[in-house]
Amino acid sequence: MKFVEYEGREIFLKHNIPCGGCFAVVKSKEELKELNVKSFPCVIKAQVLAGGRGKAGGVKIAKNRQEMLEILEKMLGMEIATHQTAGKTIKVEEVMISEFVQPEREMYMAVTMDRKAGRPVLIACAEGGMSIEELAVKKPEAVIKVFADPQEGLMDFQARDLAYALSIKKELFCDFTLLAKNLCRLFIEEDASLAEINPLVITKDGRLLAIDSKVITDDNAYFRHKEWDKIPDRDSCDIEKEAKEIGINYIALDGDIGCMVNGAGLAMATLDTIKLAGGDAANFLDVGGGANVEQITRAFKIILKDPKVKAIMVNIFGGIMKCDNIASGLVEAAKNVNINVPLVVRLEGTRVREGKDILAESGIKIHQADSAWEAAKLAVELAAKNGREG
Amino acid sequence: MSVILNKDSRIVVQGITGAQGSFHAQQCMEYGSKVVAGVTPGKGGSTHLGVPVFNTVKEAIKQQGADVSLIFVPPPFAADSILEAAYAGINKIICITEGIPVIDMAKVKKHLNTLKQSGREIIMVGPNCPGVITPQECKAGIMPGYIHRRGSIGIVSRSGTLTYEAVWQVTCQGLGQSTVIGIGGDPVQGMNFIDALRLFKDDEQTQAVIMIGEIGGSAEEEAAAYVKENFKKPVFSFVAGKTAPKGKRMGHAGAIIEGSSGTHEAKVKALRDAGITVVENLSEIGKVVAGFVKAEA
Repeated sequence: MKFVEYEGREIFLKHNIPCGGCFAVVKSKEELKELNVKSFPCVIKAQVLAGGRGKAGGVKIAKNRQEMLEILEKMLGMEIATHQTAGKTIKVEEVMISEFVQPEREMYMAVTMDRKAGRPVLIACAEGGMSIEELAVKKPEAVIKVFADPQEGLMDFQARDLAYALSIKKELFCDFTLLAKNLCRLFIEEDASLAEINPLVITKDGRLLAIDSKVITDDNAYFRHKEWDKIPDRDSCDIEKEAKEIGINYIALDGDIGCMVNGAGLAMATLDTIKLAGGDAANFLDVGGGANVEQITRAFKIILKDPKVKAIMVNIFGGIMKCDNIASGLVEAAKNVNINVPLVVRLEGTRVREGKDILAESGIKIHQADSAWEAAKLAVELAAKNGREG
Repeated sequence: MSVILNKDSRIVVQGITGAQGSFHAQQCMEYGSKVVAGVTPGKGGSTHLGVPVFNTVKEAIKQQGADVSLIFVPPPFAADSILEAAYAGINKIICITEGIPVIDMAKVKKHLNTLKQSGREIIMVGPNCPGVITPQECKAGIMPGYIHRRGSIGIVSRSGTLTYEAVWQVTCQGLGQSTVIGIGGDPVQGMNFIDALRLFKDDEQTQAVIMIGEIGGSAEEEAAAYVKENFKKPVFSFVAGKTAPKGKRMGHAGAIIEGSSGTHEAKVKALRDAGITVVENLSEIGKVVAGFVKAEA
């Protein structure tokens, strides 16, 4: 789950990480009249799930109320594109109005999981504000890495080492070590996959403050974080949300061949195979290992909701997933949904014979294929030739 | 010879009374694996699928001589189940469970490392994986048994269904597998590619290895470096996710592209530089491997 800045800020405060002040969060232009901000200048920040907002016009300073209202008027509803939005734009639907601080020094600090070590790693850098990715490439020696224990978090001596390495002055030394330890604690207790402060600021009036708060959490830990229910899913489109609700992993793509596959690896490889066959997939869809007839029926409905889809390729290699279940789901779906595009099916694995029998006896028009490559070639060909048959 | 499992392996299934545990324990038995016990806390003393169920792994070892654990316990309790097996003395732990929080696995890894440092030779495979099979000897996992055939190809994979794909193609070419290991796609896991390659290196039955990777992380790059220096048997590889859009999470926590590391391009380059044959078309893995093996023979 990805949290926007003001939500991340709440999590930071819960773990005693000092943050810049937040005066208001505005979600619609109607709220502007009532808006009560007394401290100027103030900073207006677009609440979007992408880094690099500043360069893209998502962070502005207002000197007075008039300016603030003008900026808000423009920023709410604006489309924003940064180096992290993959060539697309995100609509700004929420804006945070925050304290204006004058930094004496800007740093970077984040905790993430190091896969190779299998431990949380704290990453810090004496220079913040700019893109850390760029810095890691240009000046790798400037990036400090400290491994934290997955149970204990960061030890005192590690926090001290870090503070010395970053030349933290005496007056803020304890504040700093505590903050680093708290960020690691937050990472562990909130089941985060990323907790990032960029920039971590020492202000001219001598305070240590987090001026941004990026938190991403591990979806697998949802069972012990029911509080995540309150956080809206801003990262998925409507079809993706619907799929998530029934436990199917769906990601919308730009092509015209709808896919239904079991297993993330095979699903990715199926997209690659379609590309190799000269086509493009309309979606990534992993029905998972334990899908039932109902889920498969709904998966078909979801694929067909995308008007771009001109053919569907089903690629199943049954392990946990039994081919007869997929076949029954297919037949059920065909009864309930008008599948008005060619359907190419490749089944293999557990109970494949039963699955193929169910399909053969159903009377539905299905193009069978023996390999993923054959199925992909056929789907590409049919999509190009037919389009929607209905 | 084979690696990890053989016909004498004695399996305890943790979570045997659950729906998945029950179904797959039975499938393993039908394949010929020696499933000797089940563990479900609170159900000790009962019998399930004809084998005794115990409250603890310790009892399963004591009463039935179990030496391999196969875990189907739900995600909130799975990490604890792995540790229970490890501390009870099991040295081969295979965890099928999907959806274990990453931090829980980091804690497990810390404990396993401590045990290893004290001299224990623990192999942990998974989580979120199809398991391990030594064809015609022992199946400890959820893979369909009939697609396998005993042979000389070792297979190690980060993806479940892609493993089956590779296995089936090898079998259809008239070849077979020595041992097939699904290491799973989670960010923090037990066995990795290099651990598997080390086992295959010393295994006489294994003459070539297929390594199935995917985008995200750096396991393929590290494996490539290992192969370049230490591994003389031929290695074939396929890496899924060439066309995956950046920044999108495609199911496996492992399958995320972050920055420039972990991309398909970077992995393929590293593998090829190490002398590994990278197959671009998923459906041609078997053909390519067979072409090589038959030319050698």
